[in-house]
Amino acid sequence: MTGAAPLAELDDLRVQFGAGPDAVQAVRGVSLHVMPGEVLCLLGESGSGKSVSMRALLRLLPPQARVTGGVQVEGQEVGRLSGRALRALRGGTAAMVFQEPMTALDPVYTVGQQIAESVQQHRGGTRAAARARALEVLDLVRVPDAARRLDAYPHELSGGLRQRVVIAMALACRPRLLLADEPTTALDATVQIQILVLLRGLQRELGMGMVLVTHDLGVAAEVSDRVAVMYAGQIVEQGPVRDVLRRPVHPYTRGLLASVVRADGVEAPGIPGSPPDLRRPPPGCAFAARCPAAVGACSAAVPAEQKVGPGRTARCVRVGESVAA
Amino acid sequence: MARTILWRLLYALPIAFGVSLVCFMLVYIAPGDPLQTVLPPDANAEMIEIVKRAYGFDKPLPVQFAQWLWRAAHGDFGLSVATRRPVSLEVGGALANTMVLAVFAVPLSFAVGAGLGTLAGCAPPGRLGRTLDRLVTGTAVMGVSVPNYWLGLVLVIVFAVELSWLPASGMGMGGSDGFSVLRWADLHYLVLPVVTLALVPVGIIARSTRAAVLEVRGQDFVTTLRAKGLTELAVVRHVLKNAAPGMLAVMGLQFGYLMGGSILVEPVFAWPGSGTLLGRAIVNRDVPVLQGAILSLALIFVATNLAVDLLQAAMDPRVRRA
Repeated sequence: MTGAAPLAELDDLRVQFGAGPDAVQAVRGVSLHVMPGEVLCLLGESGSGKSVSMRALLRLLPPQARVTGGVQVEGQEVGRLSGRALRALRGGTAAMVFQEPMTALDPVYTVGQQIAESVQQHRGGTRAAARARALEVLDLVRVPDAARRLDAYPHELSGGLRQRVVIAMALACRPRLLLADEPTTALDATVQIQILVLLRGLQRELGMGMVLVTHDLGVAAEVSDRVAVMYAGQIVEQGPVRDVLRRPVHPYTRGLLASVVRADGVEAPGIPGSPPDLRRPPPGCAFAARCPAAVGACSAAVPAEQKVGPGRTARCVRVGESVAA
Repeated sequence: MARTILWRLLYALPIAFGVSLVCFMLVYIAPGDPLQTVLPPDANAEMIEIVKRAYGFDKPLPVQFAQWLWRAAHGDFGLSVATRRPVSLEVGGALANTMVLAVFAVPLSFAVGAGLGTLAGCAPPGRLGRTLDRLVTGTAVMGVSVPNYWLGLVLVIVFAVELSWLPASGMGMGGSDGFSVLRWADLHYLVLPVVTLALVPVGIIARSTRAAVLEVRGQDFVTTLRAKGLTELAVVRHVLKNAAPGMLAVMGLQFGYLMGGSILVEPVFAWPGSGTLLGRAIVNRDVPVLQGAILSLALIFVATNLAVDLLQAAMDPRVRRA
């Protein structure tokens, strides 16, 4: 790790939805950081708190969410930003790409209007200038025939094109941090790869830091520098992508890797059982109930995050043994 | 767009035809023989036959309908049984008077209703927002539930009888013919009936606007808008543009109602509009007037719906190409 300051940082982030005994503890103490120019992949199944953690970075959680812990982007505490500073952060410093290109765009505005609007919000300037910039970014994300597409409504475009528009919109004001929330999940397999390659290319070209949320190990392996594996609202393992995917330390990561459908057609075993109810999370390791390697100590207390190598941590009481193994 | 307009116009035609058929059949649906109102009770068979022929009742129904429709298309609904004046004059005058009310009640109720509904739908979270939402929703429910003729009477008691600020009823010194919306004194006569008429539409529009706004605000793209760093005001503008087609449909219906006049409210203020005319025609069994009035009002509804359809198509790119 270099001595540079992180672009974005979560420090013991906790997010709770609702109140009382039925409150859902969606995120339970997540700490992570992204360096400028780095791609961090948040990996985990649905409901593990990846999207919630990421939305917290832009304070985009619904008002009933109770957020505690530190959320910093470029050294600014996001929770304490004024309205104006928050708007400058959203779409200016950091921009987001959403999962569903079908619903992420306003259906009654043209694509060009929606991109230009963002440009005018952050850079001011004339409508014509904003429109010119919109055309520029549509070209940047390789929308064919961009000049004509500028005046198209979202429903007139295919899913892949719409996602390109969403990405263009995010890039319009040259953000230094790009947050992508399962940007390829809703797309056809062939389009998924195109979008992924595009995102990775743009990230390098523009030197952005990027947080990519996905449940797809292949996606993580393809584009990320580092991965953080989430389970039941916590990061169970974190580290450089090669190390984590080649030599996983946490039993959950190993289970995930084992459940990927293999090219040779051998049926994947999957992980038996299901994640815990986050209204009543277990006192110990959240994965203990499904873990093949669980011992008595697992259910006693939440395992602390332990360093297991350069830039690598894992939350598992048997971490020493697994590394040895 | 031109094709959309053409199609919607074509849709409107069968509806208009059906409406006129129902109006025509009114004579037969209504209890009692229409001839009885014209004939003396002791008329003999020969006399009945003569009158039948004079009114065209001896011809087969389709022929009668065709003749009636032909005349109706030229504005001829015959004479009012009660006043012996041409139905077209009676209905035309009444509609004009009702329109005077509608011209004021429509913008008032649309602005207040849509404003209140947007306010409630966009109320910020927290105690203040909840209170605001409840206040607006409560007002809207009251607007829908309180009988408007009763409110009219209460307003008359308070503002005309007790406070003497406003006239209780009528259209002023000059009556219906001398009334002018450009004359300050005449405008006073409008205040109470307009406010009373606006009550129900305000409630309905406020409630449906609130629902539409909330529905749109729950959609994903609103998060995208926030993530772009737009101001809350700009977000509301997006939300309203999305909610507009739905709101327009509700407003169109209310526009139709206001244009049709109120059979209950107009009599309270002795306003000689189409509501009052209809009420009187029902009491008098004045079938020609009923036919003329109902057909005119129904056609206003059809025209309003057509206009709403076209406006919606102009507003919503998804409807436009459908």
